[in-house]
Amino acid sequence: MRQPEPVPSPIGAYARKIDGRERIAGRAQFVADLTVPRMAHAKFVRSPHPHARIVAIHLDAALALPGVFGACIGEELPKRYGVIPVAQDETALALGKVRYIGEPVVCIAAVDEETAHRACAAVRVDYEVLPPVLTIEDALDASKPVIHDYARKPSNVLRRVHQAYGNVDAGFAAAEVVIEEEYVYPGSTHAALESHAALAQVEPDGKLTLWSSTQNPHYVHRDVARVLGLREQDVRLIKPAVGAGYGGKCDPFCTDICSAYLARKLGRPVRIVLEREEVFYAHRGRHPTRLWLKMGFSAAGDITAIDFKAWADGGAYASYGVVTSYYLGVFMTLPYRVENYRFESHRLYTNKPPCGPKRGHGAIQPRFALEAHLDKAAARLGLDPAELRRRNCIEPNTETCNGLRVTSVGIRECIDAVVKASGYETRRGTLGPGRGLGLAASAYMCGALHPVYQNEMPHSAVQVKIDRSGEVVVSAGTADIGQGSNHMLAGLVAAELGLHPEDIRVIEGDTSLTPVDLGSYSSRVTFMAGNAALAGVRPLRAKIVEAVAAKLGCAPEEVRFGLAGHPERGDGPRVGTETSDVSWVDAVWLAEERFGPLIHAGGYTPPKIGSRFRRQSVGPSPAYSFTAQVAEVAVDEETGEVRVEKVWVAHDCGRVLNLAIVEGQIEGCVYMGVGEAVSEEQAYDKGLIRAPSLLEYKVPTIHECPEIVVFPVESHDPEGPLGAKEAGEGPQLSTVPAIANAIHDATGLWLNDPPFTPEKVLRALDRRRRSGGR
Amino acid sequence: MPTDRILSFTVNGEPVRLLVEPAQTLLEVLRGPLRLTGTKHGCDVGDCGACTVLVDGAPRLSCITLAVGCEGARVETIEGVATPAGPDPIQAAFDHHVAAQCGYCTPGFVMTLRHLFAENPTANEAELREALGSNLCRCTGYTKILTAAREAQAIYAGKS
Repeated sequence: MRQPEPVPSPIGAYARKIDGRERIAGRAQFVADLTVPRMAHAKFVRSPHPHARIVAIHLDAALALPGVFGACIGEELPKRYGVIPVAQDETALALGKVRYIGEPVVCIAAVDEETAHRACAAVRVDYEVLPPVLTIEDALDASKPVIHDYARKPSNVLRRVHQAYGNVDAGFAAAEVVIEEEYVYPGSTHAALESHAALAQVEPDGKLTLWSSTQNPHYVHRDVARVLGLREQDVRLIKPAVGAGYGGKCDPFCTDICSAYLARKLGRPVRIVLEREEVFYAHRGRHPTRLWLKMGFSAAGDITAIDFKAWADGGAYASYGVVTSYYLGVFMTLPYRVENYRFESHRLYTNKPPCGPKRGHGAIQPRFALEAHLDKAAARLGLDPAELRRRNCIEPNTETCNGLRVTSVGIRECIDAVVKASGYETRRGTLGPGRGLGLAASAYMCGALHPVYQNEMPHSAVQVKIDRSGEVVVSAGTADIGQGSNHMLAGLVAAELGLHPEDIRVIEGDTSLTPVDLGSYSSRVTFMAGNAALAGVRPLRAKIVEAVAAKLGCAPEEVRFGLAGHPERGDGPRVGTETSDVSWVDAVWLAEERFGPLIHAGGYTPPKIGSRFRRQSVGPSPAYSFTAQVAEVAVDEETGEVRVEKVWVAHDCGRVLNLAIVEGQIEGCVYMGVGEAVSEEQAYDKGLIRAPSLLEYKVPTIHECPEIVVFPVESHDPEGPLGAKEAGEGPQLSTVPAIANAIHDATGLWLNDPPFTPEKVLRALDRRRRSGGR
Repeated sequence: MPTDRILSFTVNGEPVRLLVEPAQTLLEVLRGPLRLTGTKHGCDVGDCGACTVLVDGAPRLSCITLAVGCEGARVETIEGVATPAGPDPIQAAFDHHVAAQCGYCTPGFVMTLRHLFAENPTANEAELREALGSNLCRCTGYTKILTAAREAQAIYAGKS
């Protein structure tokens, strides 16, 4: 008798992705790799002014060029769109007015890109230049021109949020130490290596197919249909391989709408691939944010109150800016106990490319301020910064003062792991001049509790089909953009059925073939689509159990999946008991004979968590992830260069589903944080981007990237899929403050305005020298 | 106006003869008429390394390499790296360690490492980093890429 040897569970394994091999072979198909017969190529004429009225557009010379098929202008696409229903202010092409340098004004399709370029150069646009609104101060100045005049009360404030919890004034009165400071967090951009692209084709039946490099197929689908006046069901949105997003491909773009419109107008397929410089105009990056933070502490180091204000410079359109205005404040009550909290945020319009969601959306800037503040408090109180954080950590299963329901919490384990591994407690302050250690911690969300447009439907749905061939096909509207969501779905389904993830075929991101998923944003996919996948496969598993139990004459609870196959038969995993079993394919036959087709769609709808605070509609999540990290830096006081040498990072992702992917997500977060800490800034001169290229916009190369040591922490969230939470954004939150705190340890300087470039470091050292410091 | 020219060269060992415009880049010819879309365009000005191919064994940024300059050359792209027996050890190691997240930069990294291990099989850590410094990746923080590169180098060393 053969002993049953279960197929090892894929959960937690360090394993390649099911779709890795197409990537290493260069065979993953991105939008720019797709061609269809008679395809035209389109390019944009863009605004040279930050703020101007469009007086006239002269297209005749361009349209007369040989090889030019046609053009479109803003008046043809007047319907305003945007993912957030309360802030739909954007058109694919400027309508009446341009609002930033680089804004698309005309789109021209031609036989090839070169001809489209020449045609764009032949377009003349007459402008009446308006005074620009370029800074936070400008946007708050009521005497400045208003960028958008469609609102009921025209102003350059898109959204002001004000919330207060507990008794903030009493909290400060009870404090031993109160620290109040300003911070300035810079804008930065995603710089995904694949630029935004779209290909649109009208099918013989008149319906439209649109291939888009998007993170959010569902929202692009909705907006493209709306703007073009089509029924959503007549538009098929396909997301092929996407060369990453980091938040930069969450919006519908001019590429999507203009390719779709021109394909219909011209009767031929149209492809648009942005050039690198244009990606910087498309932007949607981190909001440059001015922050004012006041915190009170007891003598023992307990936080007694937080008062916080933020002004976010949002650029010319809303994008997800309404959400940003909430995310700036909502997560400040995590991961530390805060009873008294008040915040006020402004999301502002300026005449610059629109800001939007970038990895750690809205939460990065305040986290920098808060974690720097904690180190300042520890120094004032004579406490160890790790100890100060530990004593304030929240416990599992708590509710924060602003009404966040928190389930699993692994923050203490995270702090302990990085403090121990880095030798923080013994090495900090002892590394000598120019070298230091810094600690920071953070928390982030696992998707939003409430949908961005009002509805009661599931946020994720996943269909599982098992047929008599034995093949398992998982269909989901999710968008794998490199983060590994396809593998996540395959791994969960495989684990339920005793199969290997590579036995599962995943079809994703196709609005005609796959059920709706809201998209790859707010770190929602593992938690929500993962739960939907389990809800999709479990009823099918139950049918197989029942059919196999009936065949073998055993109790259903005795049936196991993933039993070892008979090597001599080579028939793979088996289903049954210790004493008798059937092959996987036979098990599927039995179930299909008994129950009919084995197809089931599962959904995930976040729990209805009532909040004491009605206004708290943006920010609450079904679960929260936690991170702590220690950075070790070397600061050259001659050159001002900051080198981040090593980062120890522990992240509570609930449960590791694939170790290689989880580590990779965390490493990528730290890398992106290092860029924001030392070199990246999307800066402007009079509204013109200073560095719109990958040479000038300083993303870290391998030479600037530190050694990164990852410690996954598993807190087993009760509502996460097999306990899992997010790992793709949260770990970035604490990187910049850990580096800032390390710079203080190295130099004694508190730097409140990343990126910590040589110029800034030298200036700060010089200031200190002149004021008689060390 | 300069006129179009016939270009003859080999791509992944196969002879190719086609008409090119004088200003066309090698990247445009590979991705356009030859349909070899594994080579990526990230920046079109030689900043990111995503378009790296080997020309007569040396790494070249195909987005700033004129096609007409490749007359008679031996061009290798990502499509020519694997054999029917399986992927190259570099590809296998990238796969194993999930060093390709979105995978857009991956072909460029693989070609850079192909050249390095052919030229300098015993490259030390500094030489390895120096070579990889010409390719940008925004997903991985280079950590898994370095791990994969070291593993592939060991396999290459064992083979030779």
